[in-house]
Amino acid sequence: MSGSRNNSRRAFMKGAVAAGAGAVTATAARAQTPDPLITEVQPWASGLGDGVDETPYGLPIEYESDVVRRNVPWLTADPISSINFTPIHALDGTITPQGCAFERHHSGAIDLRKQDYRLMINGLVDRPLVFTYQDLERFARINRTFFCECAANTGMEWAGAQLNGAQFTHGMIHNMEYSGVPLRTLLDEAGVKPEGKWTYVEGADASSNGRSIPLEKALDDVLVAFKANGEALRKEHGYPVRLVVPGWEGNLWVKWLRRIEVLAAPVESREETSKYTDTLADGISRKWTWVMDAKSIITSPSPQAPISHGAGPLVITGLAWSGRGAITRVDVSKDGGKSWETARLAKPGEPMALTRFYLDTQWDGSEMLLQSRAMDETGYVQPTKAALRAVRGENSIYHNNCIQTWWVKETGEAENVEVS
Amino acid sequence: MSKCPSAIIAAALIALAGAAQADTFGLGRSALPEEIAAWDRDVSPDGTGLPAGSGSVEIGEMLFSEHCASCHGDFAEGVGNWPKLAGGEGTLARKDPLKTVGSYWPYLSTTWDYVNRSMPFGSAQTLSADDVYAITAYILFSNHIVEEDFTLTNENFLDVEMPNADGFIRDDRETAEAHFWAEPCMEDCKDAVEITMRAAVLDVTPETSEAPEPEMQQAAAPEATEMAAVDPELLAAGEKAFRKCKACHQVGAGAENKTGPHLNDLLGRVAGSLDGFKYSSPMSAAGEGGLIWTEETLAQFLGNPRKFLKGTRMSFAGFKSDDDLAAITAYLATFGE
Repeated sequence: MSGSRNNSRRAFMKGAVAAGAGAVTATAARAQTPDPLITEVQPWASGLGDGVDETPYGLPIEYESDVVRRNVPWLTADPISSINFTPIHALDGTITPQGCAFERHHSGAIDLRKQDYRLMINGLVDRPLVFTYQDLERFARINRTFFCECAANTGMEWAGAQLNGAQFTHGMIHNMEYSGVPLRTLLDEAGVKPEGKWTYVEGADASSNGRSIPLEKALDDVLVAFKANGEALRKEHGYPVRLVVPGWEGNLWVKWLRRIEVLAAPVESREETSKYTDTLADGISRKWTWVMDAKSIITSPSPQAPISHGAGPLVITGLAWSGRGAITRVDVSKDGGKSWETARLAKPGEPMALTRFYLDTQWDGSEMLLQSRAMDETGYVQPTKAALRAVRGENSIYHNNCIQTWWVKETGEAENVEVS
Repeated sequence: MSKCPSAIIAAALIALAGAAQADTFGLGRSALPEEIAAWDRDVSPDGTGLPAGSGSVEIGEMLFSEHCASCHGDFAEGVGNWPKLAGGEGTLARKDPLKTVGSYWPYLSTTWDYVNRSMPFGSAQTLSADDVYAITAYILFSNHIVEEDFTLTNENFLDVEMPNADGFIRDDRETAEAHFWAEPCMEDCKDAVEITMRAAVLDVTPETSEAPEPEMQQAAAPEATEMAAVDPELLAAGEKAFRKCKACHQVGAGAENKTGPHLNDLLGRVAGSLDGFKYSSPMSAAGEGGLIWTEETLAQFLGNPRKFLKGTRMSFAGFKSDDDLAAITAYLATFGE
């Protein structure tokens, strides 16, 4: 019985291959010699692989060793107070693995054990409280997926095309599923007094990186998180506890969270005055620019992910996100913005989380000026660099959400360019 | 004895609070006043949070040179890529504005608060309130905001006028950029497209063709080490202790002079003798006077740098424990040329 079924299946396959070969003769020539990877028994098909427990906590296979965070040494004085970049050009889907999710420290990633962890709520509350890590695990918790984008992502591109790679131009972002307690739950536990209008959140590291957050946001969707993508936060992302501030700039996502103070007015700390404020062309600076505008980037093809095959089927893919809600549409242009076609979203956009888009297309082998343009549920459309500069000038540093252009050449190589 | 009853009362109060508030979990404990005082140290623009104290420009200059100048320069002008704290007046509307305490920071409280809680880099929270008043006064002086005979106190703090206090507006994107909320063009959106700038021309992208070497290998297997008998636990402790140093000093393959000199082949080196590094004059003089770095002299120096070598530019306060000193010297000894 089984023999005859195999035979008929083989016959079907043979027919399918023959029919297929006829249809694609133009692009898929018949191999000249049999492929030894198929005709010869390979060592892995004969010998044995690793046993279980070879790596009790698994790392990517060695052939993926270039999919790592990278930094740009000239950006900062020193790697302890610095930033590196997620290799978004080499990832797919939307969840960022913790091990390659970008890092930003102001006084280095500190080593803080759960048993040494304390969280204080004080200020304009009825009951100033101290929680241990164990206390946090006893509150009702939720799971939510959000992107975290540094306000300076793409900041080096304000004055012109600078860095040649999506990792460097757009890699100050990651997207994880967090498990944690709504900040609202903890504030309710302490009882916010009516005169409380702001929260001030700070970390346990030497920089403290304190930021003021309006009470309205704190009570809305902010999370006190202790797990990401199902496992404990990594040290570099604030182990054991960090703040998650959906849709708002990464600097507010305080790591090693140790204190939440309820106040009547903002503290105007260093990180919300001298930094993370956006200077306009006339020298006046915007402050409290917390929300991340809608933005997108083609991750492949891109300078670090050139087209390695010839003309024919090509998957153009990238990421889109908005701090104001869900992504509803992403358009892609191959001619530098003259004409656009709407890409396919891998799944419907989720509020304040990364959305993956694909444009399944045919490449004719000629040059392309690739761009992507995100739209969110509020109707906001990602602007061109020229449109953004017209309002903000070139000195903002932060919040550069302009449309990016990759010049894909006939060789398949791509370069970061600006176009008229 | 006296602690027990108060703890019981506190527990009872929490229990009562928990019972009274049906919508809470009754988790956590009351924060004690001493604990709140220890952590709640932020200072607001209206002066809330400022402790009593004072400090003059003159004392501030001394303290700045000791604690801050190695990164921020003797006159707060900045060293290398480290932040410049002075200058930049009138540059905010120009290309590449220089944002300093004088040219940009809207509130003096921010300077005091940041110096008090987060500086010096690598030795945060080691300055007294008076020190912070003095350093803040010196930064103001460097920015020509106060005269050299000025003394900053909690009393006159709010009288200081910051030049860019009115230089900020609240986020106005939803009105100033309302035109970004509009149905976009899909066809014939522009006549011609030209490439106007290329990243490859600038060529500032880090090389990524090769996978980066794991850092651990360099640290764990330094070449030309003759210290094979050293206790690995001591070395691990030394590597950890070195975190306090590595903002300014490099060791291992490819180590270079940064804010501080590189520390390869340190033992046996004449103090202040590396070519191409600008030492403080007391450090150079000590070397000329015969100071050689040995395990003993290094431990003395690192135990209390400014006491051992008055006038050193190294802003590090020193290792407090003998264990740390033993570990750091053992660790540094493993790095050859």
